[in-house]
Amino acid sequence: MTASRLKPLLVLAGLAALVIAPLGEGNYIVYTLCSWLIFSIAAMGLNLTLGYAGQISLAQAGFMGLGAYVTALLTLAGWPWLAGMAAGVLLCFCVGLALGFPALRVQGHFLAFITLAFNSLFFLVGRNEAWLTGGTYGLSEMPRPSFGPFSAAKQLPFYYFTLTVFVIAAALLWGVLRSPWGRAFKALRENPIRAESLGLDTRRLTLLAFAIGSAYAGLAGSLVTPLVQFIAPDSFAIGQSLRILLMVVVGGSGYFFGPLLGAAVVILLPEALRVTEGYYLMIYAVLVILLMEFCPRGLIGLGARFRDWLAPVHQVHADLQQASEP
Amino acid sequence: MPPDVQRKRTMTQFLQVLLSGLSTGAIYALAAIGFVLVWQTAQTVNFAQGEFIMLPAFFVLIGLNWFGLPLWGAFAFGLAIAVLVLGYLFKRVIVQPMLPNGGLPLIIATMALSIFFKEGAKQFYGAEAQPFPSLFPQTMMKIAGATVSVQDFGNLAVAILAVVGLTFFLDRTRTGRAMQATAQNPAVAEILGVDTRRMVLYAFLINGALAALASVLISPIYLAKFSSGEGLGLIAFIAAIVGGFNQIKGALAGGLLIGVLDNLTATYVTTQYRAALPLILLIAIILWRPQGLLGVSEGRRV
Repeated sequence: MTASRLKPLLVLAGLAALVIAPLGEGNYIVYTLCSWLIFSIAAMGLNLTLGYAGQISLAQAGFMGLGAYVTALLTLAGWPWLAGMAAGVLLCFCVGLALGFPALRVQGHFLAFITLAFNSLFFLVGRNEAWLTGGTYGLSEMPRPSFGPFSAAKQLPFYYFTLTVFVIAAALLWGVLRSPWGRAFKALRENPIRAESLGLDTRRLTLLAFAIGSAYAGLAGSLVTPLVQFIAPDSFAIGQSLRILLMVVVGGSGYFFGPLLGAAVVILLPEALRVTEGYYLMIYAVLVILLMEFCPRGLIGLGARFRDWLAPVHQVHADLQQASEP
Repeated sequence: MPPDVQRKRTMTQFLQVLLSGLSTGAIYALAAIGFVLVWQTAQTVNFAQGEFIMLPAFFVLIGLNWFGLPLWGAFAFGLAIAVLVLGYLFKRVIVQPMLPNGGLPLIIATMALSIFFKEGAKQFYGAEAQPFPSLFPQTMMKIAGATVSVQDFGNLAVAILAVVGLTFFLDRTRTGRAMQATAQNPAVAEILGVDTRRMVLYAFLINGALAALASVLISPIYLAKFSSGEGLGLIAFIAAIVGGFNQIKGALAGGLLIGVLDNLTATYVTTQYRAALPLILLIAIILWRPQGLLGVSEGRRV
């Protein structure tokens, strides 16, 4: 198939674009690019939970916060960033397991509610336990990481540092989704009943997807800490979780590159709609409702639909198509 | 102070806290019952339920201040607009076209709807908290030796009356039983000659009316503000889950329980973590009794 030959080329071109994008740009643009990459990581994690395992998590910002606070506290205590990041990611993974285990025992959208509760609790603890988290004033002056001669203290090197982490995270996720184990995720998404009847432990798969997705949020959080160098509970409130959820859905849940597109739209659209002043969130909400109504698979899904309409291809049943691939 | 006077005083305080907890809890229950009705008949998890309770207060205020209606006229106006917008339009414009897309897009759409309502109230009415006229006089009265606020008592009475009336309607009238049949098994209900689409519509209309009632009762206490739905929606979900997701009396019990526990915690334990209590309750229920306190386990359906 030509599409599968074209794909690596497109990815390489995209990567090259990411490398040259910040050159010659001001600090603000570079900062926005960094935060786009960081939110893309969090959204990629949620995409695993939502797009592949079909569960809603409303705690992605809470997990980001967990990663951010752990990284901040450890780096302020003199630990290297890598150690802080690893601790944050691991903690998010474990908390994800602990939250998901009871919630996924039962059908329905219990995970959504329990993660909503977790995010609210996280916010309360962050605000009230000032001895640890700095309360509403938050934590500040976290150092930026440096690796030997490479120091990410300035904005441009920090961008390349973020990009490196992003590429590693994306490659790992790609690997996971291509492994037999990741194919089980896809089976789960396409037809849970069939997946279960083929002997897949859907509950365990779902739990793992959620825990890994949460760990990705922790990774994103550990990048927020050195980027902003100031963290407060407000940045990780429930509204932020909804924003990340929107990124996944707007981009196209279940598509690998959906979250990247979604993060770009969600971060840039408010800027574009700023001319409408106070009405931009309302317009935004209406756009989301329209998208859900007419194209629930998001912008990438919309693109795919448009392509099919332009050049209808011979319909092959999904299973057969995979078997016919070389 | 002599010990028995002291004891009497703490007892009085306890009764007051209990009553005001029950009264807030009954309002939570109204929200939770509407949530459960819509969930049962149309499998719609309404993430905008909190905004559904925030909004009718603004409809009433518009009736009062923009159209110069008298108080009761404004209440009737608010109720009518709530039933029309939150009941009929919500079903026709948001839920019905999206049901074929599956549950997820609809959930996201209701989240977007909550943003829309919140921002709409802020843009078109104002960001400041608005005082809201109370149905009841702001005085105290004595019941069994304890002084309690008339407002708390009245709110509790009105909310309970509404729930009893609704239960009567659902259990004893033909339409109510047809609605229950639709919730339990739409296909069979259809075969038996029930107009299921109409029954689903009724559930949405009732949700709109309950939201309007809850709004009118709660706004004099917490004021009408664009953001006041944020906490309420979550509490409505939690009340529904704690009581049992498939039961109206469960939602009532869950609402009352949360109201009372919330007030007791705030008075006797901690105000800082007051908001955490329903959340902890939710996690505990999901851990130990996922079908809810009064719920019946539905068994696992894959």
